[in-house]
Amino acid sequence: MPVDDRTLAEIALSRAEYERLVAMIEREPSDVELGMAAALWSEHCGYKHTRPLFRHFPTTGPRVLTEAGKENAGAIDLGDGWCAVFKMESHNHPSAIEPYEGAATGVGGILRDIFAMGMRPIALLDSLRFGPLDDAHNRHLFAGVVAGIGGYGNCVGVPTVGGEVQCAPEYSGNPLVNAMCVGVGRIEHLLSATARGVGNPLVLVGADTGRDGIHGATFASVELDAASAERRPAVQVGNPFMEKLLLEACVELAEQHGDWIEGLQDLGAAGLTSSAVEAAARAGTGIDIDVATVPRREAHMTAYDVMLSESQERMLVIPKRAHLDEVLALFRRWELHADVVGVVTDDGMATVRDGDVVVARIPIAVLEDPPQYELVTRRPAGLDARQAADLDARPDLDPARATAALLELLGSENIASRRWIYRQYDHQVLNQTVVRPGGDAAVLWVQGTTKGLAVATDCNGRLVSLDPRVGAQIAVAEAARNVVATGATPVAVTDCLNFGNPERPEVAYEIEQAVLGLAEACRALGTPVVSGNASLYNETPDSAVLPTPAVGMLGVMDDVARALTIAPHEGDTLVLLGAPLAQPASTLAGSEYQWRTQGVASGRPHIDLAHEARVQRLVLDAHAGGLLAAAHDLADGGLAVAAAEMCLAGDVGLEATLTAQASPAPSPPGPLSPGRGEGETERAETGRLDAALFGEAQSRFLVAVREEGALAALGALAAAAGVECIELGRCAGERFRLGPVDASLEALRAQYEGGLERALGGEG
Amino acid sequence: MRAAVVVFPGTWSDRDCMYALGRVGMEARRVWHRETPAFARDELVVLPGGFSYGDYLRCGAIARFSPVMQSVRAHAEAGGLVIGICNGFQILCEAGLLPGALMRNASLQFRCAPTLLVAAEHASAFTRSIAPGRVLAVPISHGEGNYYADTAALDGLERDGRVAFRYCDAEGRATAEANPNGSLRNIAGVLSAGRNVLGMMPHPERACDALLGGEDGNAIWESVLAGVGAPA
Repeated sequence: MPVDDRTLAEIALSRAEYERLVAMIEREPSDVELGMAAALWSEHCGYKHTRPLFRHFPTTGPRVLTEAGKENAGAIDLGDGWCAVFKMESHNHPSAIEPYEGAATGVGGILRDIFAMGMRPIALLDSLRFGPLDDAHNRHLFAGVVAGIGGYGNCVGVPTVGGEVQCAPEYSGNPLVNAMCVGVGRIEHLLSATARGVGNPLVLVGADTGRDGIHGATFASVELDAASAERRPAVQVGNPFMEKLLLEACVELAEQHGDWIEGLQDLGAAGLTSSAVEAAARAGTGIDIDVATVPRREAHMTAYDVMLSESQERMLVIPKRAHLDEVLALFRRWELHADVVGVVTDDGMATVRDGDVVVARIPIAVLEDPPQYELVTRRPAGLDARQAADLDARPDLDPARATAALLELLGSENIASRRWIYRQYDHQVLNQTVVRPGGDAAVLWVQGTTKGLAVATDCNGRLVSLDPRVGAQIAVAEAARNVVATGATPVAVTDCLNFGNPERPEVAYEIEQAVLGLAEACRALGTPVVSGNASLYNETPDSAVLPTPAVGMLGVMDDVARALTIAPHEGDTLVLLGAPLAQPASTLAGSEYQWRTQGVASGRPHIDLAHEARVQRLVLDAHAGGLLAAAHDLADGGLAVAAAEMCLAGDVGLEATLTAQASPAPSPPGPLSPGRGEGETERAETGRLDAALFGEAQSRFLVAVREEGALAALGALAAAAGVECIELGRCAGERFRLGPVDASLEALRAQYEGGLERALGGEG
Repeated sequence: MRAAVVVFPGTWSDRDCMYALGRVGMEARRVWHRETPAFARDELVVLPGGFSYGDYLRCGAIARFSPVMQSVRAHAEAGGLVIGICNGFQILCEAGLLPGALMRNASLQFRCAPTLLVAAEHASAFTRSIAPGRVLAVPISHGEGNYYADTAALDGLERDGRVAFRYCDAEGRATAEANPNGSLRNIAGVLSAGRNVLGMMPHPERACDALLGGEDGNAIWESVLAGVGAPA
């Protein structure tokens, strides 16, 4: 009997997709089969609109140990037998409905992706987006999400060390919650999520199965509307205590008894269905599950409920038959339930029975073959006009207003200190956090080695909306700069593609262009994309989110004791690398300053990826040569904000002019440029004051240099690299002076440290 | 001197404690909460931080019923050294081995932050090597670290020299601004009547390595090591 439209709407399957399924299996599907197919063919699991684009990504490199998309997370070779695995994933829709549990279970899910690979999670990061905080509901979502991330991560005992948060009207009602996790371990302990070995049992471990989260995957694949709050049962509830036990048991299994098992897989979106089917698909086997053997937390659950439940804190283990009892004993020693719920078969079918009754029997090849849609793209109307805006037509900042402008920016919700957030997160547990939150990237020590990992997330949705391709390139470049500023070499990327409804051609255009931009930047910077996730349909009837391809960057350093922070010392010289002081008005395009002063984002962002790579290389080379005492990338709020952040971190003032001297060594175009000798200086005209102070030209760093000799050596290195190098001024005293800006450190600190708390008002 | 680090379901600073103890050269073993070993007289028993049993019901309220607590109690009653850190402190209070209770932070939020401590009492196995007036930088990480006891009990603790640590400013003064969680009288750690059981909310095992931001926490382990052979 063909299903009615209402049923299809509930499972978010189109009539055409239903007919495709019928044609593939040559009969009407059973209820359970239909539910399984709808879940695996959802955007969330099946990447119906994005998979064809993924081929643009560079996915391989000398350090990459996994094939992108083939495992739960990407693995990177750190050398000496160590590896890091990492991934970022979205939990946007659940967080919009129930911010605490939505965010908490997002953290839980990404942790499981990491320890499913046998690695110990050592760091969490979160890339968050909310509507403006002058709205009470946005404040509620903000505070709830932060509490949920802390509530889960703190309890599990994995430090939350970084991330970023931005607010913009387009995220009102559509918060984005992207959680990233990094794990480390020995390469020989890497596990695969495969169901190999016909006759091997399928063991379900952890929480009992309830009705929570049924069709969460399909819920995540439709737009939010007024009725979405009614979908609260589709939001799961987390139990971080159970997760901690699962984590320890799985890591012990991987580290000590990897030979007992064929595979380990987490249960995430679409629960047991996707977990078992994906594991079988990887191995080219089949699975036979008896739902009657699945422990439940509620009575009267149907086979459909059991197969599609998204109850949290569950793992699927595929032990070798001979070691089943030992595997069960290991999990039970950790006081976890572990039950055989099925068996690996050789027939390529997903068979589900409820006791004696077969309720589903469908080829895995069908379930793993979701429809693919070519995006129909159209450049958004009005984009040309927004890009063409003449930013020079606007009057320049009055020098008498410069101090006030900086203070306002420092206290604004997108720039103010994130301490209100990260003091709620345990960022030190596991004794490996070397550079803590508050700088460009967190740095983690890989215990047992001298190595360090630097991790950061980034994406400026406003820039992506102004130019999806360039904005996405900038997201990669800035994430890489964050990592470089700690002295780490960027090595690989995970991404989380957050967009609106891909069936709208304007959104499709943003997706396509952004993916191309990400791919180009990843190629230019030598950082392959090794894992990721797409979250589409981030829309309410009012608006779609800003296109937000969030980038998670992993960097590595050989000697973690040499990690740089952003904090300079008294007496250090601040040097600007990458661009002259004078900047055109066009660098205000999409900037925080433009948004704060005019309430618009217009103009055209720009980046030269080859130049970006040169500047990053220069910073790494300078650090290798021991020339740098601190480093900070220039981003939101431009030069003035970056300098203020450094001085606040180092608790030291600044004496700098904007008609500063070029560095002791000559400026570009390069070593062969005639006419400028060693030590010769030139006056750099500042041009527009707003652009010089607050413009957001890319590919720039501020670095602190301690000794005269280092300053000269840095200038020579920069000249050889063809990178601009400007001596900005000296860190000293308790006043912050940068051109016409003149404020006490205390005034800056009060604005910067109190900004978020003021914005959150009652929620703070 | 050896150490036994007790692991409850949900404990997470056991690894950090093992690392810190190793840094000061103390041999340490892990003890799972279902075990009931007879701890050696010279063994330091460590109840680390974490969320034992997920903090469900109340922090430490379930862990105190774990079998290992029989051994911990026997060890404490025999005069053996026991230190409870963070959740370990909460468990010791729930078990009645230390007075008082740890309530929700006054901010009503979890706090992971640097704090400064001053030892308020030097005649104990845990503080004997800490110079009077020395300010120790030892971080906190908890949601329920707001120390409470009634006035009579607090007066008694002070009179008997059982306040081990107070939160303080850089000059060692126990100011309101230096108090991260609302603890009465800025109390960060207390001793048992026998002075052989210490509970403290800050994490000395995190302040054990300059690479990680400081090593002031080692003063506690070094005090214990310095006292080997001396009366507790």
